[in-house]
Amino acid sequence: MAIKDPELQHLQDSSAFADEVSEGRLVTEQMLLNVGPQHPATHGVFRLLATIDGERIVRAEPVVGYMHRGYEKLVEQRDYRQITNLISRMDWLSGINNELPLALALEKLMEIEVPPRAQYLRVALAEMNRILNHLMFFQSFAAELGAITPTFYAFREREDIQYAMESVTGGRMHFGFFRPGGLKEDVPKGFIAMALASIRKVIERLPDYEDLLTGNEIFKQRTINIGLLEKEVAYAYGVSGPIGRGSDIDMDVRRDEPYLVYDEFDFDVCTAPHGDCFDRFWVLLHEIIESAKIVEQALEALPPGPILGKVPRVVEAPKGEVYIRTENPLGELGFYLVSDGGKRPYRIKIRTPSFSNVSALPHVLRDTLVADMIAILGSFFFVLGDVDR
Amino acid sequence: MDIDLTAWQILIVKLLIILTVVPVGALIGGYVLHKEMAHMQHRLGPMYAGGWHGWAQTLADGIKFAYKEDIIPASADRRVFSMAPAVIFVPVLLLFLVIPIDRTLIIEDLDVGLFYLLAIGSVGAIGVLMAGWSSANKYALIGALRSAGQLIAYELPIVLSAAAVAMLAGSLSLVTIVEAQDWPFILWPPGIGLALFMLFILGAMAEMSLPPFDMPVAESELITGPFTEYTGMRFIFGFFFAETAHMIAFAGIGTTLFLGGYKPIVPWGPLEVIPGIIWFFVKTAFMIFLLLWIRFSFPRLREDQLQKFAWKFLIPLSLALILATGAWILYGPGG
Repeated sequence: MAIKDPELQHLQDSSAFADEVSEGRLVTEQMLLNVGPQHPATHGVFRLLATIDGERIVRAEPVVGYMHRGYEKLVEQRDYRQITNLISRMDWLSGINNELPLALALEKLMEIEVPPRAQYLRVALAEMNRILNHLMFFQSFAAELGAITPTFYAFREREDIQYAMESVTGGRMHFGFFRPGGLKEDVPKGFIAMALASIRKVIERLPDYEDLLTGNEIFKQRTINIGLLEKEVAYAYGVSGPIGRGSDIDMDVRRDEPYLVYDEFDFDVCTAPHGDCFDRFWVLLHEIIESAKIVEQALEALPPGPILGKVPRVVEAPKGEVYIRTENPLGELGFYLVSDGGKRPYRIKIRTPSFSNVSALPHVLRDTLVADMIAILGSFFFVLGDVDR
Repeated sequence: MDIDLTAWQILIVKLLIILTVVPVGALIGGYVLHKEMAHMQHRLGPMYAGGWHGWAQTLADGIKFAYKEDIIPASADRRVFSMAPAVIFVPVLLLFLVIPIDRTLIIEDLDVGLFYLLAIGSVGAIGVLMAGWSSANKYALIGALRSAGQLIAYELPIVLSAAAVAMLAGSLSLVTIVEAQDWPFILWPPGIGLALFMLFILGAMAEMSLPPFDMPVAESELITGPFTEYTGMRFIFGFFFAETAHMIAFAGIGTTLFLGGYKPIVPWGPLEVIPGIIWFFVKTAFMIFLLLWIRFSFPRLREDQLQKFAWKFLIPLSLALILATGAWILYGPGG
C-alpha cells in the first residue's frame, strides 16, 4: 500500500533512511501499525491505522465500513413487518432493543395504542437483552486484558437468561418478536419464574466478578486513568450510553424522555466522574444491577390482558415523519422514519450509538501505549454491525 | 545384572530418555493445562478424544499440527525463521539434564548444576528474538522486543534467589542442594525461604511469559507475538511444546531448590518408604498446579508496569534477601 499520509512519506523512501544510518547517527522512525480488520481485539472487521513510536501511539485513525450492509437502503424495499427482522441484525447483541424504536415509530405514526401487558413485557425483554449485552462486554473486556476466567463466568450467567428469552421468542440473537402494536405472542407458562430466577442469579454472582476482576490490583492498574475521555469531548462527539455516562454525562433516554412505561419504574442512572476505562467498565457493571431492578418490577407488576393492540391487517403508515429515540444498551438509538403513505418506508435514517462512540477513538487513543489501546478498544463497547449497519 | 556400556552408548541412552520423557511430559502437561483451566472456568474441557475424559486430546492436537502446512512468509528471513523454534526448544530440553529426580536418578550431576540451569534457561530468548525479527511482521517484532526486555528484568530476581539457595546449601550441585535441605524445607530459614520461593515463582512466570506476565504473546494485542507467522510443527515446537516443557522444567527446578526435591515432605518412617521419584513428581505436580492457578486468575500487566515492578520492587527485595541470607548463615543458629 502506498503511504498517502504526508507525515509518513519518508517511511517509504528507505534510501534516505539508509544514508542517515551510514552516517553513524542512531535514528528512530515511527512505524505504521495496521490493527485489523482481522484482529482479535476489534470485535469484528474494525480497522485502526495506528502510527506508533516504539510502543507509544502517536496517532490512531479508525477505518469503518468493512461491514456496511446498506440497511438504510434495504429497508426501503421491504414492508414494515419484514423490516423488524432486518433491523434486529444491526446491533446483533441486542436485537430486541433494535426492534423497539421501529415499533414505537410505527405506533406513533399509525396512532396505535399498545396494551399495558405488551408494554410491560417489552420493557422486561429489552432490559433482559441489555443484561445479556452488558455481560457480553464484561467478558470481552476481561478477555482483552488477559483474564480469561471471567469470560466463562459471564457466559454461564448469560446462558440462563438466553434460555428464558428463547422460551419466549424462539431465538437467541435475532428475536424478531416485536410487532407494531404489541408482541408476536404471549409469554409461555413459567416464563416469569424462570426469568426472575435467572436475573437474581446474575445479581447474586456479581460480587464474584468484583473479587475476580474489578477489585484486582492488576486490573486497576490497567484501567484507572487509562483512555481518558473528557466530558466536553464526549459531548462534542455525541458519545452516549455507558461510555458517555462513564464520562459524567448524566443522560439516559429511559429517564429523560420515558418511552413505553419506563416512568413507572424505580431505577438509577449510573454515572462515573473520570471518564477512564475503569469508569466505563464500572458503569457497565452497575447498569446490570439497575436493569435487573427494572426486570423484577416489570415482571412482578405484569398486568393481564391482550398483547396486541388494534392493528390493521395491512400495516400502512400514513404520510408523515417521526423521530424516535431509545436507550440501546450501547447508547442512544434514533430512528427517523419518513412515510409516503405506503406499505414501505420512504426513508429510515438510523442514528446508531456505536458509530458516534467510535468516532471519539482517535482523541482517546492519542499518546497511549499499544497495550492501552487494547484496553481502550475493549472499554469502548461497540458492535461492528452497529457502526456500519 | 552387569552391563558394560561405552561412553557413547551411555550418551545415546541419556539422549533417548530426554527425547521421550520431555515430549510425553509436555503432552501430559498440556492436558493438565486444558483440564485445570476448564474446571476453573465452569467447563469440562476435552471430553471425547481417546474416550476417558479426553486423555488423548493433546496427542490429537499434536497429530493435527503435524499435518498442517509449514508456511514461511514470502518476506521472512527463511533461514532464521526456520531455525528459531529449534533455538527455543532445545535449551528447554537441556534444562532437564541436571534436575535430580531421585538421589541417584539424574542424567548428569554437574558440579555447577545451578549455574548451568540459569545459563541455559535464558538462551531461548535469542530464539524468540530470532522468530520475531525474521517474521517480517510488526506484531511479532513488538512481541519479541517485549520478551527480550522482560528476560533482562526477570533473570535477576531468579538468579539472586537461586544464589541465596546456593549460599545456604554451600554448593552449586543440585543433588547437594537437595541433600542440604531438611524439614521444614521452605519454611526454613523462617521467612527468608518463603520469600525466596515467591521471588523465584514470580521471576519464573515472567521469564516463561505466563500470564499475568504474558505480554510478549498477549493474544488479544499481538495475536501470538513472535509466533504469529508460524504454523504446523514449528508453531507447536516453538510455542506450545516449549511453553509447556519450560513450565514443567521450572516446576522441577522449584521443587529441587525450595521444596526438598525427592525427599519426603515430613521425615517420618512410613513416608520414607515411598520412593523419592514419587515425591519428586508429586511436588512438581503441585508446582505446576500453582503456576496454572496463578495463570488463569489474573489479567495481564502492561510492559512498563512489569518493568517497574521488577526494577523497583523485586530486584531490591532480592538483594535484601541475599543480605538476610548471609546474616542468617553467619549469625543464625548454625553459624
